[in-house]
Amino acid sequence: MNPEEQVLDRIERARRRRPKVREERVTLAHGSGGKATRTLVEAIFLEAFRNPLLEPLEDAAALSVDGARLALTTDSFVVSPLFFPGGDIGDLAVNGTVNDLAVSGARPLYLTAGFILEEGFPIADLTRIVDSMRAAAQAAGVSVVTGDTKVVQRGKGDGCYVNTAGVGVIDRPGRLGAATVRPGDAVLVSGPVGAHGITIMLARGELDIEADLVSDTAPLHGLVAALLAAAPGVRVMRDATRGGVATVLNEVAGAAGVAVVVDERAVPVEPEVRGASELLGIDPLYVACEGRMVVFVDGAEADAALAAMRGHPLGERAALIGRVKDDPPGLVLLNTVFGGTRICDLLVGDPLPRIC
Amino acid sequence: MRFVDEFRNAETARALSAKIAALCEPGREYKFMEVCGGHTHTIYKHGLEDYLPENVTLVHGPGCPVCVIPMGRIDDAIHIARRPEVLMTSFGDMMRVPGSGGNFFDSNAEGTSIRMVYSPLDSLKIARQNPDRQVVFMAIGFETTAPSTAMTVLRAAKEGLENFSVFCNHIMIIPAIKAILDSPDLRLDGFIGPGHVSTVIGCRPYEFIARDYGKPLVVAGFEPLDILQSIYMLLLQLREGRAEVENQYARVVPWDGNPTALRAIGEVMELRPYFEWRGLGFISHSALRMRQRYAAFDAELLFETPGVRVADPKACQCGEVLKGVLKPWECKVFGTACTPETPIGTCMVSPEGACAAYYNFGRFTRTRVREASVT
Repeated sequence: MNPEEQVLDRIERARRRRPKVREERVTLAHGSGGKATRTLVEAIFLEAFRNPLLEPLEDAAALSVDGARLALTTDSFVVSPLFFPGGDIGDLAVNGTVNDLAVSGARPLYLTAGFILEEGFPIADLTRIVDSMRAAAQAAGVSVVTGDTKVVQRGKGDGCYVNTAGVGVIDRPGRLGAATVRPGDAVLVSGPVGAHGITIMLARGELDIEADLVSDTAPLHGLVAALLAAAPGVRVMRDATRGGVATVLNEVAGAAGVAVVVDERAVPVEPEVRGASELLGIDPLYVACEGRMVVFVDGAEADAALAAMRGHPLGERAALIGRVKDDPPGLVLLNTVFGGTRICDLLVGDPLPRIC
Repeated sequence: MRFVDEFRNAETARALSAKIAALCEPGREYKFMEVCGGHTHTIYKHGLEDYLPENVTLVHGPGCPVCVIPMGRIDDAIHIARRPEVLMTSFGDMMRVPGSGGNFFDSNAEGTSIRMVYSPLDSLKIARQNPDRQVVFMAIGFETTAPSTAMTVLRAAKEGLENFSVFCNHIMIIPAIKAILDSPDLRLDGFIGPGHVSTVIGCRPYEFIARDYGKPLVVAGFEPLDILQSIYMLLLQLREGRAEVENQYARVVPWDGNPTALRAIGEVMELRPYFEWRGLGFISHSALRMRQRYAAFDAELLFETPGVRVADPKACQCGEVLKGVLKPWECKVFGTACTPETPIGTCMVSPEGACAAYYNFGRFTRTRVREASVT
């Protein structure tokens, strides 16, 4: 090995070390979905609760109860602003949990809903949120069957936080999971990426950028069903929420010990999303989506999977964006539009706009 | 997308790459410094080095304003932010720059309010909305961002805002380039000149580099083809035995800069006798402070700061990296003790920092990447 390779080898070993939280307090980076979140989850939560069901850290846990296979998941929603073009915290809370179940291969059935409300929050806003939850639940074919309400003092919450948990049934034989991904598999994305995250950034009104953009929030269970029917060789699906598509690719590359090689040209991005990202100096691959999923499928079934997704309204612009290779294990490589190649790593925290 | 896609065209890049290879004399090593962190970011983000022959090396320079802020100034900012009446604002990539006791995010976790803004003018809006708070804008950047700080102060003065001030850390590019040229351990063949800085200062201030040091400099834009073309222009100068200042980024950079912006800086700010640069040490006349007549907006006068100089951690070799003496991976702590999650040196913080760019995008030898990237 030459000196540079020795250094890189040392780094890879350092990266495999057990994560440790070095901060004395929680910072916003711990909630961004990137490396800091992973460290917090692995070093604090996984360490405390470790068990075989939790350990794969998939979007939902796959449980067996008296012969039935169930998927269980939970998610909290703290989006600001509460209402944004294309949706609000209510449909986000339903779709988010429905999607975590759907991408785990489960048919979503029942949801719980927990509300943390701030003193002074307008009842009209709460009604609006709950109405969109009802509509989203209806669209996804799930019922909200139990819930909880807490009110905190003014200033101790941000208007309204919502938590949902969901349970679904896994009808399909076989096991999905990042660990089943192998070299030769194809990587697909169900549609243009980054619209939700950019919409939220613009909706906060801090940027003075106006764009005709709406959040991509949508329930994915129908798309998943169509996909699984056409391509039984699906290895794993993930909805690309916090941290975006790049984070999902890294999680899978790490868990499966494979390389993921992505063709930047093939990744669908709306021009408005690209424009805003270019202005802000952030990469749409790291921007959150709420109705998009990344799919790893047996390479031989790539065409069938793509056709099935494109045949569904939510997957019309699905695309084959990359392939799985064996080397370098654990890394995501991006073949850039420009014709170069680079690594596409996990971010530490939220993508921060650059100054110049 | 117009104005972007045409500057990222792979076919044009391949043609340019062939012309670059043809200009290189076999057996000769070429070392060019891209001064600006924005260029470093572009080079890594697009995998530009894949287009360069093995004997052309790019050295990453000191033009990342976040990377050259000394720890003591971060500590001073946090000290100001700890005052209960203060609401501090700063640019996004300042948030993770470590001081001696943590960064702005850590400081916020302990109770300060340091908010991210996209423009200094946003700080004025925040000041108007929070009349009971003192809003302090942590100003950083080269001549690129100094005019917007100056314009913000001018507007605050015009509005008579009494709860807004600036913690001024603006620095200047020419003294930094001069420090690099005077550094004995450096051997460079030319410079890729900073683009955005030059929109303000123009191309004339670089003329001494060609005249007195005999090095060519090409002011370059920020798309990958801009940089590739600048490398071609540098090699052409060397081949023809010239050392001149040339402007590749003429679509944005006027030869004489932006006189209005320069006047705004001159109205509000003046030279500091000296300023500390992380890794480079004290450089005289290399930074700006607020003029006496805008003292009412000068956070350094309004609030006490410890002003303590904090030595860089011993293990950190940011200075050598910033001067281009070391490649990022040659630093002793690169990638092990110093990572984007736990940066020791500032080069690892900003996505424009050479170490962060290399770690995030290039942590792989070029040959191995080429083999792996074939799909």
